Amino acid sequence: MATKIKPEELLQTINLKPKFKNWMDVPVEFRKGTFNYAGSEEALIYLDQPNPRKWQTTDPDWKLPENWKEIILEGLRERLEKFRSLKIFMDICVRCGACADKCHFFLGSGDPKNMPVLRAELLRSVYRREFTTAGKIMGRMVGARDLTFDVLREWFYYFYQCTQCRRCSVFCPYGIDTAEITFLTRELMNLIGVNIDWIMTPVKNSYRTGNHLGIQPHGMKDSLEMATADIEEITGIHIDIPLNKKGAEVLFVTPSADFFGTPHYYTFLGYVMLFHEIGLDYTFSTYASEGGNFGSFVSHELMKRLNNKIYAEAKRLKVKWILGGECGHMWRVIHQYMDTMNGPADFLEVPRSPITGTVFENAKSTKMVHICEFTADLIYHGKIKLDPSRNDHWHATFHDSCNPSRGMGLIEEPRYIIKNVMRNFTEMPDNTIREQTFCCGSGAGLGTDENFEMRMRGGFPRANAAKYVKDKYGVNICLCICAIDKANLPHLFEFWAPGLEVGGVHEMVGNALVMSGEKPRETDLRFQPLINQEV
Amino acid sequence: MGLGISFIYFAIILFLAWIAGVLPFLKVFFTTVIPYVALVVFIVGVIARIIRWGRSPVPFRITTTCGQEKSLPWIRQNKLDNPSSWLGTLGRMLLEILFFRSLFRNTQAEFRGDRLVYSVDKWLWFFSLAFHWSFLIIFLRHFRFFTEPIPSFVTFLQNIDGFFQVGLPIIYITNILIVAGLLYLFLRRIFDSKVRIVSLPSDYFPLLLILGIAATGILMRYFFKTDLVAVKEFTVAILSFQSVSGDLINKLSPLFVIHFTFVCTLLIYFPMSKLMHLGGVFLSPTRNLANNNRMKRHINPWNYDVPVHTYEEYEDEFRDKMKAAGIPVEKEV
Ligand code: HEM
Ligand code: SF4
Ligand code: SF4
Repeated sequence: MATKIKPEELLQTINLKPKFKNWMDVPVEFRKGTFNYAGSEEALIYLDQPNPRKWQTTDPDWKLPENWKEIILEGLRERLEKFRSLKIFMDICVRCGACADKCHFFLGSGDPKNMPVLRAELLRSVYRREFTTAGKIMGRMVGARDLTFDVLREWFYYFYQCTQCRRCSVFCPYGIDTAEITFLTRELMNLIGVNIDWIMTPVKNSYRTGNHLGIQPHGMKDSLEMATADIEEITGIHIDIPLNKKGAEVLFVTPSADFFGTPHYYTFLGYVMLFHEIGLDYTFSTYASEGGNFGSFVSHELMKRLNNKIYAEAKRLKVKWILGGECGHMWRVIHQYMDTMNGPADFLEVPRSPITGTVFENAKSTKMVHICEFTADLIYHGKIKLDPSRNDHWHATFHDSCNPSRGMGLIEEPRYIIKNVMRNFTEMPDNTIREQTFCCGSGAGLGTDENFEMRMRGGFPRANAAKYVKDKYGVNICLCICAIDKANLPHLFEFWAPGLEVGGVHEMVGNALVMSGEKPRETDLRFQPLINQEV
Repeated sequence: MGLGISFIYFAIILFLAWIAGVLPFLKVFFTTVIPYVALVVFIVGVIARIIRWGRSPVPFRITTTCGQEKSLPWIRQNKLDNPSSWLGTLGRMLLEILFFRSLFRNTQAEFRGDRLVYSVDKWLWFFSLAFHWSFLIIFLRHFRFFTEPIPSFVTFLQNIDGFFQVGLPIIYITNILIVAGLLYLFLRRIFDSKVRIVSLPSDYFPLLLILGIAATGILMRYFFKTDLVAVKEFTVAILSFQSVSGDLINKLSPLFVIHFTFVCTLLIYFPMSKLMHLGGVFLSPTRNLANNNRMKRHINPWNYDVPVHTYEEYEDEFRDKMKAAGIPVEKEV
């Protein structure tokens, strides 16, 4: 990926003690490398979204509808009535600044408008003007301002510099969640057709083909066949991967990047090997071939439209319950939204592991279990044989993905698995893991080439902590359970911490898994030679 | 932004209160009319605001989770930071409200060479907590002016608060802490450039106002003695809706009138300002909901049907390709 800016130069530009200026007087500047391209006309038409047209963010004229301000203000009024979160978050921030240096975009850019509190003020200032008496009368004196085209441009720039990671919300004394404000502001902008292409096109693809990459059913089949061939080469075992199989016990849904992306694919091999070894009766689906939900980056309605497929497909295939792969934002949607939006899942059964008999009480309503919960349970009950020495060429650290940690609390399961499948593991510093984890910098639809510099900035705190354990302890792989991480961290580390690899937890499971009837392993799932093998 | 403006507002109020202390006509107005206005505005305003918040539903359960969730039985859940029951949620809220749990996590990010480090920063937590608790205790101590006989909890608080003191007059620890807390919060707004950038007049103003209340209170207590008997008679009369004699009003010192006017201003200002965080913190959906999402279905009252791309439509588009690839289909043609 080409970029002119060098890490040292980038570091030079970060000042965490920004000079005082009245932020309302600082115009937004669309600097190359720090923003995303506009949503394509085609995607908007396909999805029946407002104001499809050809435009670019750098155009002086965004071709907005005549009454765009009214649309936005009316939309805001409606959402204030629909979301208590929004109303409360607009009213109670005390601007204590506890959240200010918690955002990775602020830490990587030093731009005051990337402090969560100021990001929220971008919307709050308009809210005050329109919905509070003081704001109507006194305007700027109370931090209120009119909605103008410049304000809209500023919204676009900064609300697409938030990865909805919720780190700020952990530190806020009132739990003010800037991710919620970002979500709703993006939704408002979408009402007038202001959105980005790396969200709208994936939404369109997911809607049409079932996955964000636009892979058609036969393409997916090819990928599964490739996996079969690779696994056979590595283990000598032939595995048929079930696809759209009716009456299977479990539907497995994972982010579609797992089928094609690197290093996602190795994790995908890991899943398939595990399922084969334990004899799970499961199926993949081509229709619900995407766990990730790009709709959740732009509108509640689009989120629901995409998420709908998972339950619909479970119903059609008559499975008993659903298992979900390694993904971040996907799990926020599944954990916190799916049942509410598209449930109740009364046609499914409370998930029960057919191998250990464990009933997943914690998923008894939504009926979807995280693969790490599932595998940790297998290991705990000693149902799989593992040879951790097959991962001795790796020294791992674990990056908690934002959503499983702050929108769920899936913290110990992946660690338990890692510690059972490999022998070298070192945590990154405390303030950068678990609920305090730092985003990879490319979540929520921001992972594009054109936004490269901003991603490197946003990912800086994560990379910095990873570099620390790499340099100090010789860590050579960062494991994670998120498709966006797996797509972005390799670029991020190449930039900030060259030599650090990225992998999934179930890739390590696949390496360590001792399969019945397998031939002696000579390589790991990446076809890299193993070390220390006493064969 | 807004430090100057806040000072001007504050000065105007101080000035008005000061003249009121010396001009008999204004004094009557400030001591017998304004307090009722303030009380009504406060009570009605706070209730109205809470009702307004309450009217909006909570469509999704968007708890911000910190620590391990309830999952497999052998994995230890963090029951307070990631509660799954109402009891745990209550515990989380109490920690939040009584001890500012989240603020306690605060860190300060800085560069050490090329390394970004996060040092522990409890000052904000300490001084906010000191300020809030002192405010509460001082408020409760004031009950000695509101009721006769003096409630026993007031005497109790006074005793603890003045515990470390030998000699007279008793210096209350809370008096020191509230001023220290307010000064810290105020100076931080000016000297921490990040906080300065986000600060509005409405951030400086309440600090000044409460600082004004505290300062005049302390002045009355230790330096310019006020006729406390008259003050008590006055507050009891006001609170029991009895008329206040001109004679009694005459006995109220100008300093008291300023103190009292500041308090009324605070009451009036409260419901329309960020001070409503007092109520909002209880309603914040990221904190007051249990993380039991996959266990218990949360209902969205305005959930509505959306257009979806059905399997049938999907198969219609891709049937030939599916069949060619040997993927099972619902309909052959
Ligand atoms: C349950 C009740 C309350 C809780 C949990 C609470 C919590 C907090 C927290 C955590 C802060 C931010 C830290 C800080 O900047 O100091 C804050 C700020 C503040 N609170 Fe409260 N508070 C409560 C009630 C009140 C009340 C009753 C007042 C009334 C006068 C008040 C006045 C203030 C002021 C003036 C600030 C601003 C300080 C500043 O940001 O510079 N709070 N509160
Ligand atoms: S931590 Fe919360 S209250 Fe403080 S400035 Fe940030 S959003 Fe506002
Ligand atoms: S949600 Fe994450 S990216 Fe967005 S403002 Fe908060 S910390 Fe920054």
